[in-house]
Amino acid sequence: MPVVMDADRIARTLTRIAHEIVERNRGVEALALVGVRTRGVHLARRLQRSLREITGHDVPTGALDITLYRDDLMRNAVGPQPLVRKTEIPFSIDDRTILLVDDVLYTGRTTRAALDALIDFGRPRGIQLIVLVDRGHRELPIKADYVGKNLPTAPEESVQVCLEESDSRDEVVLQQGGAA
Amino acid sequence: MSPPVITHVEQTPAVTSLRSKDLLGIADMAPDEISLILDTAEAMKEIGSRPIKKVPALRGKTVVNLFYEPSTRTRTSFEIAEKRLSADTLSIAIASSSVVKGETLADTALNLEAMQPDMIVLRHPSSGACHLLSRICRSAIINAGDGMHEHPTQALLDAFTIRERKKRLAGLKVAIVGDLLHSRVLRSNIHLLTKMGAEVWVCGPPTLIPTDVTRFGVRATSHVDEAVADADVIMLLRIQLERMEGAFFPSLREYFNIFGMTEARLRGAKPDVMIMHPGPMNRGVEIASEVADGPYSVILDQVANGVAVRMAVLYLLAGGVEHETAA
Amino acid sequence: MKRLLKGGRVVDPANGIDGVHDVLLDDDRIAGIGRDLPVDGAAVVEIPQGFVVCPGFIDMHVHLREPGQEHKETVASGAAAAVAGGFTAVACMPNTTPVNDDANVTAYILARAAEAGLARVYPIGAVSRGSKGELLADIAELKQAGCVAITDDGRPVATALLLRRAMEYAGMFGIPVIEHCEDPSLKGEGVAHEGYHAAVLGLRGMPGACEALGVERGILLSELTGSHFHVAHMSARASLRAVRKGREAGVRVTCEVTPHHFTLTDESLASPIPYDTNVKMNPPLREAADRDAMLAGIADGSVDAIASDHAPHHYDEKKVEFDRAPFGIVGLETAVSLSLDRLVHAGIIRLPRLVELLSVNPARILGVAGGSLSVGAPADLTILAPDLHVRIDASRLRSRSKNTPFDGWQLRGGVAATIVGGRPVFINPDAGLSV
Repeated sequence: MPVVMDADRIARTLTRIAHEIVERNRGVEALALVGVRTRGVHLARRLQRSLREITGHDVPTGALDITLYRDDLMRNAVGPQPLVRKTEIPFSIDDRTILLVDDVLYTGRTTRAALDALIDFGRPRGIQLIVLVDRGHRELPIKADYVGKNLPTAPEESVQVCLEESDSRDEVVLQQGGAA
Repeated sequence: MSPPVITHVEQTPAVTSLRSKDLLGIADMAPDEISLILDTAEAMKEIGSRPIKKVPALRGKTVVNLFYEPSTRTRTSFEIAEKRLSADTLSIAIASSSVVKGETLADTALNLEAMQPDMIVLRHPSSGACHLLSRICRSAIINAGDGMHEHPTQALLDAFTIRERKKRLAGLKVAIVGDLLHSRVLRSNIHLLTKMGAEVWVCGPPTLIPTDVTRFGVRATSHVDEAVADADVIMLLRIQLERMEGAFFPSLREYFNIFGMTEARLRGAKPDVMIMHPGPMNRGVEIASEVADGPYSVILDQVANGVAVRMAVLYLLAGGVEHETAA
Repeated sequence: MKRLLKGGRVVDPANGIDGVHDVLLDDDRIAGIGRDLPVDGAAVVEIPQGFVVCPGFIDMHVHLREPGQEHKETVASGAAAAVAGGFTAVACMPNTTPVNDDANVTAYILARAAEAGLARVYPIGAVSRGSKGELLADIAELKQAGCVAITDDGRPVATALLLRRAMEYAGMFGIPVIEHCEDPSLKGEGVAHEGYHAAVLGLRGMPGACEALGVERGILLSELTGSHFHVAHMSARASLRAVRKGREAGVRVTCEVTPHHFTLTDESLASPIPYDTNVKMNPPLREAADRDAMLAGIADGSVDAIASDHAPHHYDEKKVEFDRAPFGIVGLETAVSLSLDRLVHAGIIRLPRLVELLSVNPARILGVAGGSLSVGAPADLTILAPDLHVRIDASRLRSRSKNTPFDGWQLRGGVAATIVGGRPVFINPDAGLSV
């Protein structure tokens, strides 16, 4: 299974993205980070640390569970429900620019669900999308503002992002078959 | 000022769905299913603190609340839970006179079923009414209280409230005082707390303790102080005023004198004891006002948690995808 | 017409017979029993090896529901169910609409039974008018019209005084008073046996003491009046204890147990079908110790008879919440198989004792002909296939009602044929007996 990004590469990519954020938004005072559970949250925290190192400023960071907004819920009469985890956004998103963070951008449906959820929390000034990997095959008109790596893939392949916080190592792997 | 830290710990659950299509009672549930409901309820609780208290999860689903007994609290709680999940809800309150004159429960349910509700929430004065419905309806049936049998969502919200404060259920001493014979809340709580490893004491006059209650895995006593000693949680059950006619005890005054929870009686419990009551309360009968309104009481938290727990139950029973996919 | 039943195992405990014999029937009478009887123009029926020929079974506790409740059962459908269950006679209870408290109702029942021409029907009359427990019914008239006993079954006789008077009066005619033993205040709104299973399910209970109180009352009054007191559908070990003590003291008390009370316990409330209304009857299914006590009483002779308490109810009436369902299950077509499987094959009793419980004793208690294959006795016979594999199928019961908890049960032992007054009124197509 080819390793597409190793730990070192991931770290440098996140640092690069952090700098891009600062540059594009001309400062970070009106920003907030919201990571999409599960791995998006880890990435958001890492970006928060990077931004603190760069600017000395603590960007508010939250965690968003999009399960209840998925468009594939309740389509089958039987079967397990996806597990709902807690959303924690302990700050107001009104008038902030929200940096939505996810690990892999694929069909775009997760992002659509995340946008629906965020709108229910308030009215942000804007939303920018940050992904570690963009693997193509969009089914909705969604585009990432910051991309760690563009990775063309075949539909039967899957991209597996492993992060220390949850998978005990940092790497991005391209698998044959499997989800995502 | 540093922003609040994210506190929720990621855990992989042992099971991701409930085993039955219905929620008829706690007696047939496994501890992992109970944990799943409580964990899901935690996530649901947060929705109530948002500016827009709605998620689209049950959009387009129809839920019928069929109540054969009057109930403001439980019905409202279910209705709010259903609406927060964006379900279409309909509440039917059936007066007892129409039951005597009119359709059987079975016929009412079949007529409803023809209109294809996804879920029916039933409260009924006969034990086993939900089992009857479950056999004849394809909709998911949620028991909102059947006769003297069970009131599972009450026990679940009680457990959620305890777990929220004490961070666990196992090993806690829970004393339940009151009309144990006629109480469906008691039965559900006994099942749930014993399954989750709590030490349960039931207390009341012998006339109100069901036969063979120790076979339920609980300790039984008619001495309140024994039950309250070192208790982490004290649950008080409602005394129905009609019980005096059945010669269960001579008077409410006497009941209060022997079993009523007063501040003095509380002293034997742990210093951080929780006082709980499913409501509605008879002040001065099973509970003294100063206790009901005092610092140990979590009675209002119970009500708040009821919505979250019911949202979790509705979500888990409403059906879902074959397997988790990330997109 | 002569019929020779050849080669079956004849079990006739009244005459001390248990072995392979031939039985000769002449029209509606028993003409003889012996080995290798001459055919002599009789129609020969070869009884397969292992089959058992006994005096016709009598179910002394049956609800035929006619007049007034024909949606549940009629005399005709009940009589058909009876013979299919191996019974040549039944005694039917008076809680019809109107109650059988006068000669007209008795005559009506007998007329319907004659029309049906299947099992014999012995009506049991009411103790009190309308079974209301206030005034005595016209007992002499009832006896003359054909009643063989009196009862207010469905409920106990309302007061000890009335029960005493009924016993004294019935004693004139030598008929027993049959009692549904129960203390109404202890029964309250009970729907199940007071015990762990009712507690789990949240059902109001009635303790065994509730029945035993009624038994004790009846025994004391029987002692006082010298009359015959019969305990209907006994279910509690405390009741059996009272019966034994009464008998030891010389009191004229007899008792019956239903097949469901020696087979099932209150566990059935919860499983296989929780709140199954086909498990709701009065007296209720009790705990294992009570069921086992009934089995012990059957084995040691304390129990006199097995009676089904056949209580048909329409499907609609039972398809309701447990609280609201009427009490009772059908039993005519399951009694014999349950008895063979759970008593004989289980080693609790042997066949001669079973015949006593189902034929000899019921005939004696009710004072009717039957219970033996003596020469000159009515040609009422039950032919059993003790090893027949039987699968109970509620949908194929001949009773109008199908309210049984035994649907789907597989039992060993069944009825091959039933002969009433010399005529084969039922032949089981699955048993392999050609008559």
